[in-house]
Amino acid sequence: MKHLKATTFLIAAALAAPLAAQEAGGRLDIVVQPEPPGLMLGLVQNGPTQLVAGDIYEGLLIYNTDLEPQPGLAESWEISEDGLTYTFKLHEGVKWHDGEDFTADDVVFSADVFLRETHARLRASLAYVESVTALDPLTVEFKLKEPFGPFISVFEAATMPMIPKHIYEGTDFATNEMNATPIGTGPFKFDEWVKGSYIHLVKNEEYYIDGLPYLDEVYYRVIPDAASRAVAFETGEVDVLPGGSVENWDVPRLTEMEGVCSTGEGWEFFAPHAWMWLNNREGPTSNKLFRQAVMYAMNREFMKDVVWNGFGNVPTGPISSKTNFYSDDVTHYDYNPDKAKELLAEMGYDGEPVRILPLPYGETWQRWAEAVRQNLTEVGINVEIDSADVAGWNEKTSQWDYDMAFTYLYQYGDPALGVSRNYTADRIQKGSPWNNVEGYENPELDEKWFAAATMVSPEERQAAYEEIQKEIVDDVPVAWMLELEFPTIYRCNVKDLVTTGIGVNDGPRNAWIEK
Amino acid sequence: MTALIATLSRVVKAAATLLAIAVLNFFLLHAAPGDPAVVLAGEAGAADEQMIEQLRERFGLDQPFYVQLGKYVGGIVQGDLGYSFRQGAPVIDLIAERLPATLLLTLTAFVISLSCGIALGVAAAARVGKVSDSLLTTLALLFYATPLYWLALMAVLVFSVWLGWLPGFGYETVGSAYSGFARALDILKHLILPALTLGLFFMAVYMRMTRASMLEVSTADFVKTAKAKGLSGPVIRRRHILRNAILPVVTLAGLQAGQLVGGAVLTETVFAWPGIGRLMFESLAARDYNTILGVFLVSAAMVILFNIVTDIVYRIVDPRIGARS
Repeated sequence: MKHLKATTFLIAAALAAPLAAQEAGGRLDIVVQPEPPGLMLGLVQNGPTQLVAGDIYEGLLIYNTDLEPQPGLAESWEISEDGLTYTFKLHEGVKWHDGEDFTADDVVFSADVFLRETHARLRASLAYVESVTALDPLTVEFKLKEPFGPFISVFEAATMPMIPKHIYEGTDFATNEMNATPIGTGPFKFDEWVKGSYIHLVKNEEYYIDGLPYLDEVYYRVIPDAASRAVAFETGEVDVLPGGSVENWDVPRLTEMEGVCSTGEGWEFFAPHAWMWLNNREGPTSNKLFRQAVMYAMNREFMKDVVWNGFGNVPTGPISSKTNFYSDDVTHYDYNPDKAKELLAEMGYDGEPVRILPLPYGETWQRWAEAVRQNLTEVGINVEIDSADVAGWNEKTSQWDYDMAFTYLYQYGDPALGVSRNYTADRIQKGSPWNNVEGYENPELDEKWFAAATMVSPEERQAAYEEIQKEIVDDVPVAWMLELEFPTIYRCNVKDLVTTGIGVNDGPRNAWIEK
Repeated sequence: MTALIATLSRVVKAAATLLAIAVLNFFLLHAAPGDPAVVLAGEAGAADEQMIEQLRERFGLDQPFYVQLGKYVGGIVQGDLGYSFRQGAPVIDLIAERLPATLLLTLTAFVISLSCGIALGVAAAARVGKVSDSLLTTLALLFYATPLYWLALMAVLVFSVWLGWLPGFGYETVGSAYSGFARALDILKHLILPALTLGLFFMAVYMRMTRASMLEVSTADFVKTAKAKGLSGPVIRRRHILRNAILPVVTLAGLQAGQLVGGAVLTETVFAWPGIGRLMFESLAARDYNTILGVFLVSAAMVILFNIVTDIVYRIVDPRIGARS
């Protein structure tokens, strides 16, 4: 099945290239916000870095919008029956941007040496890996200690970027001078970075797929003010506004312009899921009835329509409907202020005030917190709005100094990669804002999360996650707010920009401009 | 000899002040909540203890506070502003990269505001009570009271979105491959809106101050004497009134000049001008300690420098000051 898919894809690509309606050439200007701290994807994985470096570095696999793996640097792959051995056949003739050959040794170095040291998120998955071996220059074998269901989802470019061994072996990775001029295998090469202005990438003429990429060059433009970014698009200065680069209320104005298209696709792999941490340790939020009351008190549909201009979906629980193994067979918390009041009366809520900490990511989040305050006040909960800048927010959440705090996190296609980390008790660790910050403890459920991660068959995993979702939704460890949707806005003559589950991050690979 | 000693003591005082500022900044910054390692890890959307510890070790944050302070001050004394771990570059390089753009912007704004402000102030004082005077003072009041941010956005809306005359942001046309004169012209086009936006506020201030000061001096006895001698109006205004009225304007100009490095954060943000104000603001948000401290230090040095320059200008404009001290 996997082989079949790989082959058909290759044939399709081979056929498409010569016939091409696609036109080669042209330049694309894309907004990047904020300016990335660095472009070496193995060291830095924040959003803007992924956006730019996703054209320079590549992973073994690419994931489509249904999150199915597609050939990337690996042209085919095989998983053994027992789910313990993953064998990848690499694409022939791949070269690093400096002309060296890309081989299986680079894969071993990346996964087993470089990323084990530098990549916190991947490290959790690599813990399941027994060994990584180069069988021949074009074949790599990953052996696992025990089956790990989501393992096939960790080969995306930012999750496991391929790092050039000949540049990094034996050096101090963090201070290697080559970090400033990244070398990858991707469709675009790094050319120039004028700090505060733009990053310039140029076409990789030696790219291993004939005809790709179509574009000659890509400029990532740094424009720090949201209103200015909207103006930059209006005046034609930039062609693409990746999701989240303008405030939501500007989106309708821009998409109504002539020749402007938008899409909500290209975020499936991330499936950004927004919720409020509810402090399970102390205060009213430590009471399950209170937390349920909060869920019923909020008109989340209304908030979506007003605060987010209708973008996104109201979630049913911890797993996004875009992520694998989602189930909606759970208790639904529709807007019901009367029920909320009943629950508050039942717990004997004495009016103890609760603090809400919005996410300091712009005006939308501030307004969202205000909408929540209004809803909660209506059912008799005393609410104060707290405030902090990004560093302060990190500090408050990671030190557990909050009652309710907005956040959102990526799910990376699989509950074992991007969801369970927020709910199992072993992930209660001060000092990080991305683990079980709410302090939810449910040992029985922990067992089920762990078991579901190591099952081999997808059917079994589906059943296990359905059970987990059903149970956890009743406990309301956190208040699930919205499956965020960040529309990508672009000129309609830019074609095939969003074709994968990570959207614009690797979009320029296939994109072309209709003249 | 005394002049030499005075200058020397001035320099020593300036250096001591600078050092004190550096130490104070260091304390203030470290007292703010937040930690660069957690911010950096946080942006990655995932972090484990190992990662935070690695980062803290790299940033030198695992060492006792006094060691960090000692290292920093020791570096400064040797002219080393430290290393930005976030951006992976020496702070001095980061600042040097951004400084020309900022100076171009702020100096242009400075020259525009000072020259236009004084000229308009003189003109308004000469026509005091007339319609043109009221018109000028009203305009000045308007520019004085309008928030910079709003003015900037409106300027972009009118001149680049509606009229399409001028580029709305950036330092130059990206990827244009212009060189020589064409490039200078291109940068000039990009410079007009931000420089005007930044300059208008101070222009209004200078104008109001010049006007008020001119009116005050014009009632002085020596002006009457000059008139009695039969000197013409323009000569009296230029040689007798303006020369005496300009001192408060010089004081204020000294203040504005002190802000040449760090005073354009908002303008730089709205117009996407790749200057040092943005570097400071973004580093602050990321708690990139060394970079912020570096920018602060350069700004402080500028303030001190321009204080000295202002004093010298005083003596040139009004030789009585030098004679007295």
